[in-house]
Amino acid sequence: MSKKAVIVVHSGDLDKIYSALIIGNGALAMGMEASMYFTFWGLQRLRKNGLDKGPLSKMHMLGLGKWMVSRRMKKANVAPLEKLMEDYKELGGRILACEMTMEIMGIKKEELHEEWIDDYGAVGTYVNEAKDASITLFI
Amino acid sequence: MTEVEIDVRGQTCPVPLVECRKALRKASSGDEVIVLGTHPASKKEIPMACESMGLEVLGIEEKDNEWKIRIKK
Repeated sequence: MSKKAVIVVHSGDLDKIYSALIIGNGALAMGMEASMYFTFWGLQRLRKNGLDKGPLSKMHMLGLGKWMVSRRMKKANVAPLEKLMEDYKELGGRILACEMTMEIMGIKKEELHEEWIDDYGAVGTYVNEAKDASITLFI
Repeated sequence: MTEVEIDVRGQTCPVPLVECRKALRKASSGDEVIVLGTHPASKKEIPMACESMGLEVLGIEEKDNEWKIRIKK
């Protein structure tokens, strides 16, 4: 059995979504399996057209910081989040959505990118994924 | 045996690693995948990924900040 990385994506901040997707892609590229469990603010990023809508975790400055960082990222040729998500799915990465968050925040399945989501679940889904994982992160 | 060349010059983390993995997945056993890039960390990390997947790196060349890695699937 190949090794596995399981990431809890709790934050919806732009920079942390980048970290999560880069690590997920990195794990897949190194020949591991990968699962990402989106919950709370992280789940907001699975809304249609929501992937890159999060604020910066620091120095957001009402959007000015995000604009500056986004510009620098473009200049450094950093891949857009949409591409990272496409690559992640192409390489067989799994996306799990937290049902409790959907209930609390009143999010319906049709509001989410259902084509990315492999499963909907609760804590048991995460623990079951993580119990035989060699890397597990909470972002 | 076919040879597949991917050009990730100018691309940064994690694109070279990811594009290399995508090409390796599509290749058949015995094929050679050649990755052409400039991202310094990927030059070390692509061979690391190959090692963990049990694939053989046939050669690494570097010239003027550009590197070329040959991998056998």
